[in-house]
Amino acid sequence: MDNSPQLFQYVLSGLSNGAIYALIGFGFAIIYNATGIINFAQGEFVMLGGMLTLFFLVFLSFPLIPAIVLAILISTVIGIAFERLAIRPLKNATPLSMVIITIGASILIRGIAMLIWGKDTHAVPAFSGNDPLYIAGATILPQHIWIFAITLLIIAANKIFFNYSIVGKAMRACAYNSQAASLVGINVKTMVLLSFVISSAIGSMAGIIIAPLTMTSFDVGIMLGLKGFCAVIIGGMSSGLGTIMGGLLLGLLESLGAGYISASYKDAIAFIILLLILFVRPEGLFKQKETERV
Amino acid sequence: MLRLDGITKIFGGLTALEAVSLEVKKGSITGVIGPNGAGKTTLFNIVTGLYTQTSGEVYLAEKNISRLATESLAALGLVRTFQNVELFGQMTVLENVMVGLHTKSRSGVISCAFKLPRQIKEEKYIKEKALNWLEFTGLTAEAGNTANNLPFGKGRLLEIARTMAAEPQLILMDEPAAGLNDMETAQMAGLIYKIWESGITVVLVEHNMDLVMDICDSIIVLNLGKKLAEGTPREIQENPAVIAAYLGEG
Amino acid sequence: MLQLFLKNGLVAKTTMTKEKREIIIFLIFTLAVLITPFFLRGSYFLNVLVFIGINTMLAVALNLLLGYAGQISLGHAAFFGLGAYVSGVLTTRFGLDPWLALVIAAAVSGVLAFIIGFPILKLKGHYLAMATLGFGIIMFIIFNETVAVTGGPSGLSGIPNIQISSLIFDNDWSNYYLIWTITLLVMLLSINLSQSRIGRALRAIADSEVAARVMGVNARLLKVQIFTVSAVISAMAGSLYAHTMTFISPASFGFNFSIELVTMVIIGGLGSIYGSFLGAAILTILPEFLRILQDFDIIVYGLMLIIMTMYLPGGLISGLEQIAGFIGSKIKSRGGSHA
Repeated sequence: MDNSPQLFQYVLSGLSNGAIYALIGFGFAIIYNATGIINFAQGEFVMLGGMLTLFFLVFLSFPLIPAIVLAILISTVIGIAFERLAIRPLKNATPLSMVIITIGASILIRGIAMLIWGKDTHAVPAFSGNDPLYIAGATILPQHIWIFAITLLIIAANKIFFNYSIVGKAMRACAYNSQAASLVGINVKTMVLLSFVISSAIGSMAGIIIAPLTMTSFDVGIMLGLKGFCAVIIGGMSSGLGTIMGGLLLGLLESLGAGYISASYKDAIAFIILLLILFVRPEGLFKQKETERV
Repeated sequence: MLRLDGITKIFGGLTALEAVSLEVKKGSITGVIGPNGAGKTTLFNIVTGLYTQTSGEVYLAEKNISRLATESLAALGLVRTFQNVELFGQMTVLENVMVGLHTKSRSGVISCAFKLPRQIKEEKYIKEKALNWLEFTGLTAEAGNTANNLPFGKGRLLEIARTMAAEPQLILMDEPAAGLNDMETAQMAGLIYKIWESGITVVLVEHNMDLVMDICDSIIVLNLGKKLAEGTPREIQENPAVIAAYLGEG
Repeated sequence: MLQLFLKNGLVAKTTMTKEKREIIIFLIFTLAVLITPFFLRGSYFLNVLVFIGINTMLAVALNLLLGYAGQISLGHAAFFGLGAYVSGVLTTRFGLDPWLALVIAAAVSGVLAFIIGFPILKLKGHYLAMATLGFGIIMFIIFNETVAVTGGPSGLSGIPNIQISSLIFDNDWSNYYLIWTITLLVMLLSINLSQSRIGRALRAIADSEVAARVMGVNARLLKVQIFTVSAVISAMAGSLYAHTMTFISPASFGFNFSIELVTMVIIGGLGSIYGSFLGAAILTILPEFLRILQDFDIIVYGLMLIIMTMYLPGGLISGLEQIAGFIGSKIKSRGGSHA
């Protein structure tokens, strides 16, 4: 029996999930690099993207583009509110208090989403239908193409922003040394806020493009968030190639593991990888090991 | 007492220490001086096992301690203080010193949870000793205060009380007078002298030259990661290489 | 010299009364626990109190790790679940005595914690949080997917009650006293531990790990030890839960419950054993009140976590202490002005 179409299918769905994980991982990295915070609420913005799109598109019958734009806008506003109300006012922030505050926010956002939209799982219509395209005997959905295209677009935009725009460079300067950055006149607080804006926007975008493939509900944010974190850990907390590779690798392993080993342990695979990386190479797979300093 | 043999430390591509060898005599007060970035704190961090040296060996009383973990050094009689004062901020002053007696007590998780008789006796001993060290440093009145609420100068004293509680053979002090006013500095000098009198060897990194020249009987000068000179305070003050290094650095 | 002596005496005196006060508080608390059932009507309240007891054990266990050693775990429900499942499976499938099953459950959980403790507690802060979270989810998946052993999502039923010769703990009264006897014991031992050299060393690690190590505290080993102790207590609570409920399912041991445990510790007060009781009590009772508003509790937890961390990092117990201290000083100053 020829297994290659099946293999292709696994690889395809692994890569498309992996692209999503990479985008979510970017969200983690952008906030972490600006503030040193791991935002445990990152996954909730992914959920918000999917649920808000569903809300406007299906419940309120908006056209696709306005629904997406509104979903991203509202997620971003929530990201801003989160930063202004919970992160900025905190004095004497310790890693522990930051973990707890961002977890609190994530529960809160999830709880409110549940109150508004209920506990049901919803299907979101694909952007351009569900008629599969046949390539070399394997099927590929139009939504897969959307995912890859939009992911590439975001990666490119990200790259251009951080490497070529003044604001992006200022954000990188803050990440490198916030004291020095503020000395040369960069408003560090604004940069922190901006990092929340960008990462909630990217997160919600990831949620929007994956929702038609996986369905969505109020609680998808936990798993997606954790897998995005896994991707960014593999990538060494960078918002660059490492995290993209990390996401794709994770998506592939997960999909192949589910296909050939056991579908019920699909999620466990991601977390076993996460633990192994944290135990063995917490600095990521794609980063040069740095000399330890106390 | 303490002997360093060809210590080299490279961070990434940067050489922080290059083949530094030195010896601290038992019963001395030895000062380590040098311009900023000379590698003084790095040296302390290597001796206390917080950094691992790229090459070279460290001996404490002829015992090779190069590969020992930080936590096993206190039991061998080697403790240190920190440049920025590392207190246990949420704990009381007395409790801080009681932690200093950690190596002087043995009770484990089980005997502590069940308050076995031996543990009760040990606890009493710990408290008594800790109070003695508070008296030694003049902090008795602060015993019940939270360490974070202490003024900076008293924080330095507390750190010393805590290290003394471990009954060390050798204390490394990282800038004990930094941030202190003239009066506090004089008190600190008196305290260091008192510690030395009780038979403990003291090594200190310090920028306050008056203090160093005053209390040290031997001085080692580091510059740009290398040992530049060593000798008595007078020899160092007259050493042209040292003068050049300090003037050159501004 | 005389002055020094007086000051020394004063310090010794105040710390001694502090110890005495601690004993008196514990005795009052114990007495309150013992007589409370006599003032309650109906099994509903007793049942809630049984759950408060189990949750108090869990919160105290997590507090030893989180409040004293300063090390977060977002996967503690896994040890609770492991205790429940080991006990449940051994008694239902192998007919073991529940007491023996409880001991084995605690031991299994302790061994697992000790083994994973070394690599996991090497991590700090956010990384530790994520790793423990990942561990919790892996265990949750195992509870769900090993259907042949655990019964999978539909749960494991028919778990026998605990028994001491002819006394079977199968009603609310006996369960209440069983659970609370063990809870009080756990609280007492934890208080003892927290006030010993081990407790001080743990708090030292939380404040400055480097300084603690310089003072000879083997931080790595001690963290693993307290993680193990914490896992053992959690597994005991899980085993007791299984034998009082007689039915368990994975839903009780998931990510949400891990977060609930952290919430108990935080709102009660980090590093306070009575605070853990307070947190456990509030989080057990709250959903009962909010039952009408179904699932509203999760929002309240989220808000509480944020607000407590921002405005009352010492938890409710420190708020209460501040109030008590304020009243105490008022009374004292009044007494002083009369004298």
